[in-house]
Amino acid sequence: MSDLFKVAIIGSGPAGMSAAGQAAKREMSHILLEKTDHLSDTIFKYQKGKHVMATPSDLALRAGGYEEGVHQGMEFEEGTRERILGIWNKHCRIEDERMPTYEGEVQDFDINTRLNAEVVSVEGEKGNFSIKLKDGDTIRAETIVLAIGTQGNPNLLRCPGADHPMITPQLDDPEDHIDKHVIVVGTGDAGIENALGLATDPALGNTVTVLNRGTDFAKAKIKNATDLTSADEEGFLNISYRTSPAEVRDGEMVVETETGQEIIPCDMIITRIGSQPPRKFIEAMGIEFTSEDRSAFPKLSPEFETTKAGVFVIGALAGYPLIKHCMNQGYDVIEFLATGEAVKPADEPLLEKVFENLPGGKSVDYWLELYRTNVDIFAGLSTLQMRELMLDSICTAFAPGEVIFRRDAPGSSLFAIAQGSVAVEVNPNDPSITVPIGQGSIFGEVGLVSGRRRGATIRAAEDTVVVELSRKAALKLIGSSPEADEAVKRISIERQILQLFGSGLTPEDIKPLTDSAVVEEISAGKVVIQEGADDKDLFIVRLGSMRVEKGEGERQTFLGLIPAGNFFGEMGIIDGLPRMSTVRAAVKSEVIRLPGEGFLDLLAQKPQLRERALQIMDDRRRSNEEIESRQDKDGGKVDNFSGLASFLFDEGMGEATDALLIDERLCIGCDNCEKACADSHDGLSRLDRETGKTFAYLHVPISCRHCEHPHCMTDCPPNAIQRGADGEVNINRETCIGCGNCKSNCPYGVINMEPVPPEKPSLLSWMMFGSGPGPGEAPYSWRKENSDPGVAKKAVKCDMCAGIEGGPSCVRACPTGAAIRVSPDKFLTFAKMTEDVEG
Amino acid sequence: MATAADNRFREDEKRRDADHISFLKHRGFRWLWMALLLCAFSIIGYALIDQEPRPNGGSWYGYTLGTVGLLLIVWLSMLGIRKRRISEGAWSLKAWTSAHVYLGLALIVVGTLHTGFQIGWNVHTLAYVLMLIVIISGIYGVYAYAALPKELSANRGDKTGGDMLDTIADIDRKLESAAQPLGRAGSDLVIGVLEQDVFYAGAFSRLTGSYPGCATKRALAGIPATGSDAEIRVHELLTARAEQLAQIRRHLRIKAMLEIWLFIHIPATIALLAALLAHVISVFYYW
Ligand SMILES: Cc1cc2nc3c(=O)[nH]c(=O)nc-3n(C[C@H](O)[C@H](O)[C@H](O)COP(=O)(O)OP(=O)(O)OC[C@H]3O[C@@H](n4cnc5c(N)ncnc54)[C@H](O)[C@@H]3O)c2cc1C
Ligand code: HEM
Repeated sequence: MSDLFKVAIIGSGPAGMSAAGQAAKREMSHILLEKTDHLSDTIFKYQKGKHVMATPSDLALRAGGYEEGVHQGMEFEEGTRERILGIWNKHCRIEDERMPTYEGEVQDFDINTRLNAEVVSVEGEKGNFSIKLKDGDTIRAETIVLAIGTQGNPNLLRCPGADHPMITPQLDDPEDHIDKHVIVVGTGDAGIENALGLATDPALGNTVTVLNRGTDFAKAKIKNATDLTSADEEGFLNISYRTSPAEVRDGEMVVETETGQEIIPCDMIITRIGSQPPRKFIEAMGIEFTSEDRSAFPKLSPEFETTKAGVFVIGALAGYPLIKHCMNQGYDVIEFLATGEAVKPADEPLLEKVFENLPGGKSVDYWLELYRTNVDIFAGLSTLQMRELMLDSICTAFAPGEVIFRRDAPGSSLFAIAQGSVAVEVNPNDPSITVPIGQGSIFGEVGLVSGRRRGATIRAAEDTVVVELSRKAALKLIGSSPEADEAVKRISIERQILQLFGSGLTPEDIKPLTDSAVVEEISAGKVVIQEGADDKDLFIVRLGSMRVEKGEGERQTFLGLIPAGNFFGEMGIIDGLPRMSTVRAAVKSEVIRLPGEGFLDLLAQKPQLRERALQIMDDRRRSNEEIESRQDKDGGKVDNFSGLASFLFDEGMGEATDALLIDERLCIGCDNCEKACADSHDGLSRLDRETGKTFAYLHVPISCRHCEHPHCMTDCPPNAIQRGADGEVNINRETCIGCGNCKSNCPYGVINMEPVPPEKPSLLSWMMFGSGPGPGEAPYSWRKENSDPGVAKKAVKCDMCAGIEGGPSCVRACPTGAAIRVSPDKFLTFAKMTEDVEG
Repeated sequence: MATAADNRFREDEKRRDADHISFLKHRGFRWLWMALLLCAFSIIGYALIDQEPRPNGGSWYGYTLGTVGLLLIVWLSMLGIRKRRISEGAWSLKAWTSAHVYLGLALIVVGTLHTGFQIGWNVHTLAYVLMLIVIISGIYGVYAYAALPKELSANRGDKTGGDMLDTIADIDRKLESAAQPLGRAGSDLVIGVLEQDVFYAGAFSRLTGSYPGCATKRALAGIPATGSDAEIRVHELLTARAEQLAQIRRHLRIKAMLEIWLFIHIPATIALLAALLAHVISVFYYW
């Protein structure tokens, strides 16, 4: 049996490193356990030369300041990956030939580090834990700091030989591999990108085989899938369909195919088959999570202690995805263990800022407590959760009559009222008609759920204090608190019905409907209503959009798009006839299902509503009949329309809010759109005109569609992607850390990682003297030659020319009218899409 | 934060309701009507106003037409700058092009009437002729813009120019290994193919699509489609290469035809501006 350490720190990421450094500095008996053969695996795996950002810039790094150029604790500053790991290696007296040694002076910590020490299980109680390592050793410690990040373990092949050294779960740089026979297992984006990287550069001379268990690439982005299949057709690589690994042996893999076993020679096998999140491992220690949700985090006390006494969780695993947060927590947790007292959290100054605009000059604790006790959906939260939530939020006080948001403003944030009340202007034509929302309740939930613009103007009815939760914070709250989830759902259903069916109704009127409403998630393409069926429910699109069609297969006619915030299914209920058309989800959507009888009862009680419903039904029917009658006269045009609609849905139009469409009957290929784009944005074009798909004459270039619920936003550690005032999805170059998550999450490939290019000479001096590269994006070589190599790569994409008077410059700069930016609900109409463009 | 209404929402919503309409049809042919009006006024004026001693650039009406023409030409020339200076504001290059085309055509009437049909061997007529050259090249440009984009699109499908070159590079890689077993003559033909740059031919080939000395064509003729396995394979690859080359050449030809006229239009514009300067100076100093 080994010694009993005061603390065992598991994981040497920024969180674990800083905890270990602080323990060493305090001469607390400790051990740092790291799974891999190097420190900080997540940072180690960043791209070579990656510029690591130290955000948020106004958050101070603990263990204060520099003395004689040496930081009085674990160092971390913005810089390259190599520099940071070099410093940390030096802190730990680790020599690693893969990392350049840092030449400067750093504080020498006597950290007791053990590499290649994967923890597989933890047993025992506070005061005496036994930590089992993969190599069989056991380590004993009084307390445990768990800082293992969120990466988890890559899945292994399920066949003999799965631990063969030829197998690697990741590929750092395709150019490191030359003349190799490579097998890629896994047909998600990561696998496909690796395969393409290795195969499509003939200079590398690799022979690449991609194994596909099935026949499609449903898990990958459409662009990746088509790139891969065309690379196969063009002979760059080989895809083996309906093939799975059977055994890995030296220099070859045995695979199972439809026609029996085959042998493929290989020198390297890349397995890109996902990874196991570390949740199971953590739960096995007896640690509870806040909810079943996949995005949930462990339940933590303000001092980061889990529900298992003596085990602390910090870093990304605790829900803090930035390095600075991680490092501060490492410090805090050790200070707590050493002194028994919680350190004043490092985010205190940030929170002071959050509350600084509220009246009365009250303390952070005062406001935290007030919000928690007054706002219903915050009821179940711990102090730590409250702090975290408020960090991402905006707290504001409004005077009576002041506007909080306006109808049609973009916004997907959620508001909660801590003090006072607000008035909702439900009738756009008469602002005096309002509906109150009182203290403790929420508003703005429709924007949160659907991503659509605000449905009404809301003003403060008295002196009011609200909090605006960013969409990310709100989703985190909903994900971690079932009560909040329930409350938001219920309120949003009620309000959506009220908003849709008109102002004469009260929550009481619709109570029977609300009570029986269910929210259903509909995956893209799934049918909600089938033509000819005689079910009798009414649906409201809560999120996403629906496509309405008639007929089957080849003869299917597209009739229209139903965006979020609208209802459908009324015809069958009112007429009592079978369904007239098929309605299915254009993108992943959510609908509220309401029982038809309930709706009929309501119509019977409210003649005004009945009138409106009949009106809407009539309009829809007329538009459908119009298209169908055209079908008889001009079938080709209608088929073309349906085909185009289908194509546009494939290209993401079902979730777009503002997309660039080029009419190739007008496009002369001058690329003035790209040049204008570059010249409006630091010299980088965020649009690739020529690439992208074309159907009939309509071309969808590679350019941001400004999705209702942007995929790029889902996993941005510094929360740098936001929807701006003009409705654009914008990446903040200041706070972007260049991690590339948004790029890999975007299904349309519109995000690039680029350094800001150098400034070009002016247009005049180019026209007169030919200096500089001229209008548009400068060639790569010119940019490289004229720029500082230290500039960090950050995410760039279309911002809809936000803040630029006149609107998107790609459209303004098109000489022929080929380029337009449209919203799908306006463009996906028969008249627009069958327009005759020529003069 | 509460978003105030001081954003572009209204303009954006209007824009998002846009339609694909060509520059010729812009706003229901607004600039066509403007140009026709200009022509009509010029002609009516010319016919009704009694010009002494005879219609000519020197009469007061001639001056008027000349000034209008000069301003128009200067404004038309500014298109080159408008196109490249992406400043803020509610301008649209499509509207500019639309106005450019129709007002440019109206210059035929305005300019001709300005001459009073007095043509001679002098700097004045030089300016007039240059103007006509610019205009005629412009007319071809409009024809090209209206007719060629469809062809360009149909030819390229989903492929970009870069994709096409990538395909050639890939075929070449395969050709290189497939040609190993060929005899001397065959290998030489394939080497000739590999060594010939895709862009080996000049502007004339690009425009006409005729590529004499195409090594791929020569090799196709020289290597039988029905021979040894290697020959069959090489022939297949060469066929694929020839097809890909044909697509690239069509692409280049259409793009060249979309641009070639600008090589007359722009230099002639510059010459025109110079000639106009000479014309104006000579009129004021030496008449
Ligand atoms: C590409 C990319 C770029 C980024 N860029 C930035 C940036 O510029 N700035 C920024 O602030 N943030 C950035 N981030 C986020 C940042 O890297 C992470 O949030 C941070 O590394 C999390 O630190 P951590 O200590 O919690 O966990 P990690 O850094 O993930 O460290 C966990 C460590 O635990 C080890 N481990 C796991 N399981 C076990 C086990 N069972 N036993 C022993 N050891 C184990 C792992 O090997 C690893 O070394 C980026 C992220 C990515 C993916
Ligand atoms: C004297 C009269 C004219 C002058 C001085 C003139 C000048 C110019 C100039 C300077 C450009 C910019 C070219 C570039 O920078 O790419 C241009 C473009 C063009 N002109 Fe003219 N032009 C004249 C008449 C016309 C006429 C009569 C037509 C058509 C009938 C015409 C059609 C065009 C077109 C189609 C373009 C290209 C627009 C674009 O691609 O952006 N022009 N002209």
